[in-house]
Amino acid sequence: MRLNVNGKAHEVDVEPEMPLLWVLRDELDTTGPKYGCGIAQCGACTVHVNGLAVRSCSLPVGQVQGDVTTIEGLGSGGALHAVQKAWIEHQVAQCGYCQSGQIMSAASFLTLNPAPTDAEIDAAMSGNLCRCGTYPRIREAVKAAVKMLKGA
Amino acid sequence: MSRLASIARRTFIIGSAAIAGGVVFGVYMVRKTPANPLLDDKTSGEAVFNPWVRIDATGITLIAPHTDLGQGVRSVQAVLIAEELDLDWGQFNVEPGVPSAAYYNSALAAEQVPFMSTDTSTSAEALRGVMGAIFKLLGLQLTGGSSTVPDSFVKLRLAGAVARETLKVAAAKQSGVAIEQLRTEKGAVVLPDGKRLAYTELAAAASALEPVQKVTLRDPSQWRLIGKPMQRLDIVPKSTGALKFGIDLRFDGMLYATAKVNPRQGGKLISFDAKAAEGMRGVKKIVPVTNGIAVIADNTWRAFQAANAITFEWGPAPYPAEQADHWSAVAASFVPDRLDKEWRKDGDVEAALGGSAITAEYRAPYLAHAPLEPISAIAKVTPDRVDIWVSSQMPRFAQEKVAKIAGVAAEKVHLHNQYSGGSFGHRLEFENITLATEVAKQMPGVPIKLTFSREEDFAHDYPRQITMSRARGSVKDGKVDALALDIASVSSSASQMKRVGQSVPGPDGQIPAGAWNLPYALPHFRMRAYRVPELAPTSSWRSVGASSAGFFADGFLDELIHAAGADPMQERLRLANNAVARKVLEAVAEMSNWKGAKLGEGRGRGVAFVESFGVPCAEVIEVMQTPDGVRIDKVWVALDVGRVVDPVNFDNQVKGAVVWGLGHAMNCEITYADGKAQQTNYHAYQGMRLYQCPAIDVRGLENGEKVRGCGEPPVPPAAPALANAIFAATGVRLREMPFTKNIRFV
Repeated sequence: MRLNVNGKAHEVDVEPEMPLLWVLRDELDTTGPKYGCGIAQCGACTVHVNGLAVRSCSLPVGQVQGDVTTIEGLGSGGALHAVQKAWIEHQVAQCGYCQSGQIMSAASFLTLNPAPTDAEIDAAMSGNLCRCGTYPRIREAVKAAVKMLKGA
Repeated sequence: MSRLASIARRTFIIGSAAIAGGVVFGVYMVRKTPANPLLDDKTSGEAVFNPWVRIDATGITLIAPHTDLGQGVRSVQAVLIAEELDLDWGQFNVEPGVPSAAYYNSALAAEQVPFMSTDTSTSAEALRGVMGAIFKLLGLQLTGGSSTVPDSFVKLRLAGAVARETLKVAAAKQSGVAIEQLRTEKGAVVLPDGKRLAYTELAAAASALEPVQKVTLRDPSQWRLIGKPMQRLDIVPKSTGALKFGIDLRFDGMLYATAKVNPRQGGKLISFDAKAAEGMRGVKKIVPVTNGIAVIADNTWRAFQAANAITFEWGPAPYPAEQADHWSAVAASFVPDRLDKEWRKDGDVEAALGGSAITAEYRAPYLAHAPLEPISAIAKVTPDRVDIWVSSQMPRFAQEKVAKIAGVAAEKVHLHNQYSGGSFGHRLEFENITLATEVAKQMPGVPIKLTFSREEDFAHDYPRQITMSRARGSVKDGKVDALALDIASVSSSASQMKRVGQSVPGPDGQIPAGAWNLPYALPHFRMRAYRVPELAPTSSWRSVGASSAGFFADGFLDELIHAAGADPMQERLRLANNAVARKVLEAVAEMSNWKGAKLGEGRGRGVAFVESFGVPCAEVIEVMQTPDGVRIDKVWVALDVGRVVDPVNFDNQVKGAVVWGLGHAMNCEITYADGKAQQTNYHAYQGMRLYQCPAIDVRGLENGEKVRGCGEPPVPPAAPALANAIFAATGVRLREMPFTKNIRFV
């Protein structure tokens, strides 16, 4: 089976029902996407397929149609994505285990909605669980990324 | 019995005798400095100044032995060393170091004494000294109890200063310039003519010197780093996906495993049928482990699938199968022969209460830690060496457990401590470590990564204590007059220490934590702790005893204040009998512009104050009753930690602790049915999600004499502040967590 990940084509020999997450992590050693719950409850496994956020723990690899982007491939041309820059500037992470997924969710969301209201940010980011409680900083960083993207 | 455990037993006996009789013991053993582990693999030309600093021609390495669980302590430890060593950010590497007695925790012990944190009397200080000596003898390397900064604050600055002064001696010898004329800056010794001798160039010369031990610490006015905002060392890699957690590591030839262990914790495996699993793709081996079975495969998901295909017959749980029986056992423990200790007796509560007391019963349930990175470990077992890659808060105990399973000496176990995706106390336990070792032993020479599925992680968590309080109180002339607070709880400390082969002598100080030490001059105040015999196994959960006892004490006090018709803030301020605590309350009143609890139109405010880990912390919460339920609009929090080391990380930790306290108080519990935890994944254990998160304002005060940690103390006041706010807004008094049992949130 062929899989495009972060701009690179891979041939993988796996069952089509294997979730994308485990193909990425254990077959391709791409460990930015994390295993948290396995049932699309926590969002730590979030990656993009054709630019849109999906929960890779619950997406069978056989159903993936299109290019997969993980946090490792989010930036372009060696530069970090605006969301990543905002995450660094606001020092969002504590343990950081959820943050790959948070960042991927935020980046996808801002593509769809470049000028969100506070309530829209809250709604969009509530699918990603953070056990450390970095939510106040996640809100600030998303808003900072909105400004950065507008200026871009 | 393990080496540590036997030392522990001996010293605890000595310790108890010392406590009882005031005898001086083991002076030689206590003064003896544990061996420096950095000397074990010191290379020629490398300067090792102490267990925390090593420099060679290629670079500067600082050792941060407190485990980074997300609280940022690698950076915090590094900044303390770098401050005195005159290093700039980026001029050094930080490593977690190896497990060693040299890294014993010198601060945690001081909290294990039955004295108020503000009590600096001779007997209180003497007992703190005794407890500190015990921890040193044990070589107890432990991350927890909000003790990293208190343990490190002086020790690591001294480590940096020792290295600095020794490097200056080396520079003086090399240059012929008198040492008084040398200064240090940005990783170099600077000569009077401006010539710079980099530490790395001086390392070889310094390695031949005895480290200078007489050093002076800088005055806080000279600090470049401490107290200033800094960028945590892990912020960039955690924002790019580059940081490798324990669960992300990979080694040549590594296989992937998972285990299914009796979900009735501690129950036996009676029989199993793995036929369906054996032929599944990728399965390499199915092996027995303690009370369960593990599958080794070529991919974690395939191991999960195969484990799910195995059928099991499990033995019964060694505790009541049904939740109701757990509560009955707690409720039955308010009896004289279960009295653990009467912790506080001011005035005469019985006389003051008479027959007209206000009464209430409070409850706090079991709670899972559920860090987002499920517990995992990588083990490689060979006949004469074991390697284990894992995040552990007690690496030396982990090392001993692995050694016992693998049948090797403890020093043959190489534990490589990792960054972890959260802990909240779970990584004080060992089941991932012991199981990985058991599995790897059955495939010698092959690195095995054992990952718990989220369901196994929930099933095998050791939850927070289950506990209840029965309280009576009275008011007089618009003031709170008497408070009689009884708390019955299982001992999470005893349960936890039993698993490392130790007993906890005397009463458990965590049962009354945050309740007995209210800094209030109540005319009549009695606090008694009752110990419930162990039910389900429990463990330390972020803020431990105070997470429940603090809720009971402050929540009921708030009931009395409202009954007296007093203002919740003014009455607490009136009662406050120590200056540091009072300033914390004053700060939160000012921050929140407190003008009363009942704001009308469905809005209300609550204030709560709890001191835990020596840190007084007050929170004000404002809520609004909406058609969709109660909404938390705002939290103000003030706490006194003596010194804020990094204001950014402090702010993040405190906010996270508030979210932790609120989310679990609102939404979470672990309950047992058929001997198994009923909550198996995050769908049934949500904590707080972003849409429920209020705006949070944080202020760190620095009036306290001792430097304290901030990771746990903001947890306990969150639940009572919320309950008190909801009462002010709605008239509903919440006495049982989770609050969703009795009220709906937005």
